[in-house]
Amino acid sequence: MGKTIAEKIFESHLRDEPFSGTKVLDLDRVLCHEITTPVAIADLEWRGKDRVFDKDKIKAVIDHVTPSKDTKTAIQAKMLRDWARRHEITDFFDVGHNGVCHALFPEKGYIRPGFTVIMGDSHTCTHGAFGAFAAGVGTTDLEVGILKGVCAFREPATIRVNLTGALSAGVYAKDVILYVIGQLGVNGATDRVIEFAGPVVDAMTMESRMTLCNMAIEAGGTCGICMPDEVTVDYLWPFIQEDYADKAAAVADYKKWHSDADANYDQVLDFNVSSLEPQLTYGYKPDCVKAVAEMAGTPVDQIYIGTCTNGRIEDLREAAAVLKGRRIADTVRGIVSPATPKIFREALAEGIIQIFMDAGFCVTNPTCGACLGMSNGVLAEGEVCASTSNRNFNGRMGKGGMVHLMSPATAAATAVTGKITDARTLS
Amino acid sequence: MEKIFKGATIFLDRSDINTDEIIPAKYLTEVTKEALKPYLLEDLKLDGFDPKGEALKNARVVVSRQNFGCGSSREHAPWVFEVNDVHTIIAEGYARIFRQNMFNGGMLAIELPKSDIDALFELSAQGIVNIDVDVDGQKIVASVNGVDKSFAFEISEFDKALVKSGGWVEFADERY
Ligand code: SF4
Repeated sequence: MGKTIAEKIFESHLRDEPFSGTKVLDLDRVLCHEITTPVAIADLEWRGKDRVFDKDKIKAVIDHVTPSKDTKTAIQAKMLRDWARRHEITDFFDVGHNGVCHALFPEKGYIRPGFTVIMGDSHTCTHGAFGAFAAGVGTTDLEVGILKGVCAFREPATIRVNLTGALSAGVYAKDVILYVIGQLGVNGATDRVIEFAGPVVDAMTMESRMTLCNMAIEAGGTCGICMPDEVTVDYLWPFIQEDYADKAAAVADYKKWHSDADANYDQVLDFNVSSLEPQLTYGYKPDCVKAVAEMAGTPVDQIYIGTCTNGRIEDLREAAAVLKGRRIADTVRGIVSPATPKIFREALAEGIIQIFMDAGFCVTNPTCGACLGMSNGVLAEGEVCASTSNRNFNGRMGKGGMVHLMSPATAAATAVTGKITDARTLS
Repeated sequence: MEKIFKGATIFLDRSDINTDEIIPAKYLTEVTKEALKPYLLEDLKLDGFDPKGEALKNARVVVSRQNFGCGSSREHAPWVFEVNDVHTIIAEGYARIFRQNMFNGGMLAIELPKSDIDALFELSAQGIVNIDVDVDGQKIVASVNGVDKSFAFEISEFDKALVKSGGWVEFADERY
């Protein structure tokens, strides 16, 4: 019997199996941010174990609320900053260099095929786009990861999602993943890895694959994962060129992680996406999904473009293509948050920031900001936000607020009219 | 702190209760568990539920439906239960990270089949239900008005070891 990519990664990283079905894995990356890590640091100090297993494999960023907005967030940032300095964490990103973790770490080349990655953040599943096993964990798992470089998981079962056909113009990875979550339901993939495959995934950029994998957790998935291929190698080339004679050699090497043809799957789902239309969420669960057309005309108060789901350069380009030469409606506030400084610079160089500002958007520094209702655009009770983020839970962007999740193109079109709008219908 | 797996039970009759509802993100700026205490389930969307009510204040056990604890990985969610002396949650299913976070902290996230959860909800119609969990015997006894009803549950060896050793840090530190 063949193996899935997740099984191959588990096998190659197995440190211990203390009980049948419990696999303790060696970790290649332990990623840290300032919301969930300080509590782990405080607990390690309290236990007299303020140590790190490997200062190179641990990466840290201040990203959720940055620059700090008040005394409490300043203390959180300081705790992470002091800890990173104390342990000489090689890669630590502070104000001026920081950005949203799941956009920043891949961009720096830290995530490679076959890696095991944990972070105290549920959207760590994003990094599976590189053919890594990447899982969000709580603070205790993070703490043990920092101290020992291991994490325990149950044997992974995999759901394979085959995406066939071809996306029509104006339909994006975000629409695909919203649709898939609508089909799977919010716990349809609990304790499962979601393997995204098929011609649609093969044709996707790394940015789009990250958008897909980012939302695996919204179906309960432990990790979203894509097979590493030419696209992966192109993206990683600046970081791996020393290791391989040429790109073909890297592609060939990465094939060792591909799921075998006779691998055993928990479920195999086929979706032909050729006739898929732009999607959005309604209600308070990410599986409440329908076509944008069905909600067209619903007024909104705020547009939020950014986050680890859709704050990458490709996303800003798609939104800017809609906004170019247009102004947003007087009734809405538009906020755009490029996910990293690199993306910000690219957007500046390409004139995208200019387009956003001309359209009437507020451009923020790279940060999670309004995504989790902590800063930079928190909603008031009863307000509605069209957002490119990944969660629409009650209260997520502010108590009593409503969030509709959608693609950057749909969000931009919605900004222009002030009402939910399918970008393809803008004249 | 010694964990206690018994007491008065509160019933939350809804699936997909997420961690933003259990402890809203605006409180994640706290760096001690104790500071979270007043905010348990503050944003829970459930008819008739009062986050400041007696039922929650007295509760030591929570019974709920499917996919409990979905959403954000924040361990603040198990912690806010912990500091409110709720160390046992019984549901039809959990989000993986929440379930692991409970066991990692030496607490119980017990899974029961739908029929048993339905039976527990039926008991709740008769009055205050007291639940007592026997971890070794893998048995839950629910009492209401002096009548007992018991339910068997499954727990992995690993999760049991975490509960016994007081959590994953202790377990891992001894072993790795
Ligand atoms: S952008 Fe939003 S979902 Fe992504 S890591 Fe930040 S808070 Fe979490």
